[in-house]
Amino acid sequence: MIPLFRHHTKASSQPRRLTLKILRYNPAELNAAPSFQAFEIDEADGMTLFIALNEIRATQDPSLQFDFVCRAGICGSCAMLVDGRPALACRTLTRDLSAQITLAPLPFFELIGDLSVNTGKWMRGTSERLQTWIHAVEPVSADILETPMAPELAEAIYELDRCIECGCCIAACGTAQMRPDFVGAVGLNKIARFRLDPRDQRSDDDFYELIGDDSGVFGCMSLLGCHDVCPKQLSLQTQIAFLRRKMARLGLN
Amino acid sequence: MQIIHSDVLIIGGGLAGLRAGLAARKRGQEVIILSLVPPKRSHSAAAQGGMQASLGNSARGRGDNEDVHFEDTVRGSDWGNDQLVARMFAHTAPKAVRELAAWGVPWNRVQAGDHTAIIDGQPVTINEATAAHGLITARDFGGTKKWRTCYVSDGTGHAMLYAVSDQSIAAGIPVHERMEAVSLIHDGTRCHGAIVRNLMTGKLIAYVARATCIATGGFGRIYQSTTNAVINEGIGAAIALDTGVVPLANMEAVQFHPTAIFPAGILVTEGCRGDGGLLRDVDGHRFMPDYEPEKKELASRDVVSRRMEAHIKSGKGVRNRFGEHLWLDITLLGEQHINGKLREVKEICQHFLGIDPAHQWIPVRPAQHYSMGGIRTRPDGAAYGLDGLFSCGEAACWDLHGFNRLGGNSVAETVVSGMIVGEAMAEFCNSSAGELNVSTALIRDCWHRAADEFTTIAQSSGPENASHLMHEMQQTMSQKVGIVRHGPVLQSAVDTLKSLILRSRKIGLRRSQPGANPELVLAWRIRKMLKLALCVAEGALQRTESRGAHFREDYPQRNDAEWLKRTLAYWPDPQQTQPTLSYETLDVLTMELPPGWRGYGARDAIEHPDTGRRQAEVDVLRQQFASADRSTRQAALLDFSQQLPCHLRGDNERLGDAT
Repeated sequence: MIPLFRHHTKASSQPRRLTLKILRYNPAELNAAPSFQAFEIDEADGMTLFIALNEIRATQDPSLQFDFVCRAGICGSCAMLVDGRPALACRTLTRDLSAQITLAPLPFFELIGDLSVNTGKWMRGTSERLQTWIHAVEPVSADILETPMAPELAEAIYELDRCIECGCCIAACGTAQMRPDFVGAVGLNKIARFRLDPRDQRSDDDFYELIGDDSGVFGCMSLLGCHDVCPKQLSLQTQIAFLRRKMARLGLN
Repeated sequence: MQIIHSDVLIIGGGLAGLRAGLAARKRGQEVIILSLVPPKRSHSAAAQGGMQASLGNSARGRGDNEDVHFEDTVRGSDWGNDQLVARMFAHTAPKAVRELAAWGVPWNRVQAGDHTAIIDGQPVTINEATAAHGLITARDFGGTKKWRTCYVSDGTGHAMLYAVSDQSIAAGIPVHERMEAVSLIHDGTRCHGAIVRNLMTGKLIAYVARATCIATGGFGRIYQSTTNAVINEGIGAAIALDTGVVPLANMEAVQFHPTAIFPAGILVTEGCRGDGGLLRDVDGHRFMPDYEPEKKELASRDVVSRRMEAHIKSGKGVRNRFGEHLWLDITLLGEQHINGKLREVKEICQHFLGIDPAHQWIPVRPAQHYSMGGIRTRPDGAAYGLDGLFSCGEAACWDLHGFNRLGGNSVAETVVSGMIVGEAMAEFCNSSAGELNVSTALIRDCWHRAADEFTTIAQSSGPENASHLMHEMQQTMSQKVGIVRHGPVLQSAVDTLKSLILRSRKIGLRRSQPGANPELVLAWRIRKMLKLALCVAEGALQRTESRGAHFREDYPQRNDAEWLKRTLAYWPDPQQTQPTLSYETLDVLTMELPPGWRGYGARDAIEHPDTGRRQAEVDVLRQQFASADRSTRQAALLDFSQQLPCHLRGDNERLGDAT
């Protein structure tokens, strides 16, 4: 028995006519104002928003700006608001959406144009601020056997290392809407990742200096939109709660 | 005109570029990295299965060392690579993995005791040594004698890229994001940097540097069906070609990965087969053992892809509305293994196919995957033709991979070549040749020439549409310059591409708009990409033999007697419609491993007249040094250590060395 892959749409049915309402704005144009523009296309089998947007650009409006890189849900470039919810456009299938689709750029980040936002600039700034790299005191020789690590620990670190810095968590964050300096779930998850890693010799005191205030772990209101929208399904709720407990205890001492 | 100055300018923010930048920075050079996208979005992140390095920690990797890795790599290349480079690489790869471990990459580790693995379709119990517990483990990959591929689940490239990118942030190396190098600043003998276009504003900036390194990755997007990211358009290689003096080597050597999901072309890792997955046909039959009794699903990628296409042609493909495919079956690996070690694969199957690979088979067909060819460099990464120009990673033809790259050797190459080439750039900058002596007139000329290119396109009202030309090029490449090639078909591909080049000079834009203008970007890039496509097609047409991934139906044998040489493609006159080819010979008499059978695939090579003589020499030397230690014996055959920076020359420690 050969298992076949699932087709949601019946082969015989007429393709749906999709309307994509896209927020257009080119900051380079003088006196331009943001507005929605609607594009219509025929749905195709297995169509993703990556395919749909490229088709629109190739056949209807070559000026449309958006960001795709891997188109496989791995690189985090294409996060946008799909019907108001942050999501990776490349792996969003149109068959899972209604025939009226609304697309807008992620809020919070600097707008480059149309659906393209400058997440890279913000992520680099956050990395610099939180020093998201291994802080080791002793240099390690690459000629000798590596330091052993428990297999489960390596897997647990990878669990947190899977963040793709797409920005969905920030776009879905209540605090970030009010505090532009909030490090958000992406930042807190990174701290949790390096805190877990024995190769990083920073102490909780060091981490407290980085996130022990309202722009860090105490700014979180526990609305947890981040947790709901994370495309990698990272355990953001657990990580933030755990960090807050650790940092609060440290702050009280 | 804005001019930005640095010691080292690196074009490309993937693993190779970042690692080269770190090496140069560590030697005190001021480094600037340019990247089309935020560096953590680079295509390096898509490398799933792992990185080869002969640590030999796991039970199935025991006995592995640089010699075995070297030989696997040479056989994989079908003797098309540079054995000196392969030696430098095999020696440095273990250091690279260990350095990455120290930088935080959460490599999967050896778990002492018994565990079950699927080998050749059957569960096998493997016992891991207590002494190895917690060291970096490895999985099986195609074309290797040992389990050598170190991995982080199936997100290896992601974990490596984030660790290296974070190191470059720690080192304070600026990365100028959303910047595209559009031409090199040069006077025909010396490279002085690049003219760069800001992809947010459309502004042109001159970046002047003592050493310039192109690390822009591959050019898979000249094909329709490719696993490559949309940014892999080969523009870095194209601007080197545009100089007229820098050659692109072995452009016809294009790898097709056996398991891209059908029809989207998204990669699922070779780790699927390495971990025990099987290929099946329309009848559910496991067909690879019929063709390759020794290595089965784990022959090299060129061989497996070719066998798959042949099997489809024989009528055993599975038909669906998009065409024909085969099945990849990983259901036998079990849910737990897939959830832990193949989770990206699982996500990709869920999101793009709507299937659960723990219970359903994955529709796959080979798709373009990797460019073995690229900017021809010397072993230190210095490009042919222009002083001060370097290249590393997939953009370069360093020539580690020859005509077929082994899985797991590309992410390994990115970091290893970055370590070596970054050092070489620092050496260059510290030498008298590295002094910058450039006139502002030259910079201005280069800037104006680049600006004119864009203005001409932007103002053209020509009849041609860039999207259409792109589509025609990609179709031509996939249909006519693919896995199985044939003289007359290649000739018609060359003819089509030449006519596309002429048409691309008459592209008109439909819109004008301020800023970067994606339509202008596409119109400009397609003209570069067509040149690359012609280098591939013309190189393939002229190479009348089959070697590695380059398979000619009309010349099915590997012909060492006539074709043990590297194609060099030049584009001296911008008005040309096809490249000028020349060749450089690979010297059998310096090979540590003279040409022979690969251990898989066809066994019908036409021998080079020097092969027997060299084999006899090698045999004598091996006997002469039989009692010497491994590295002395090896050095007698091919001495490579002088080519490496001093700090990379040390022996690699392995478990059990002391006993």
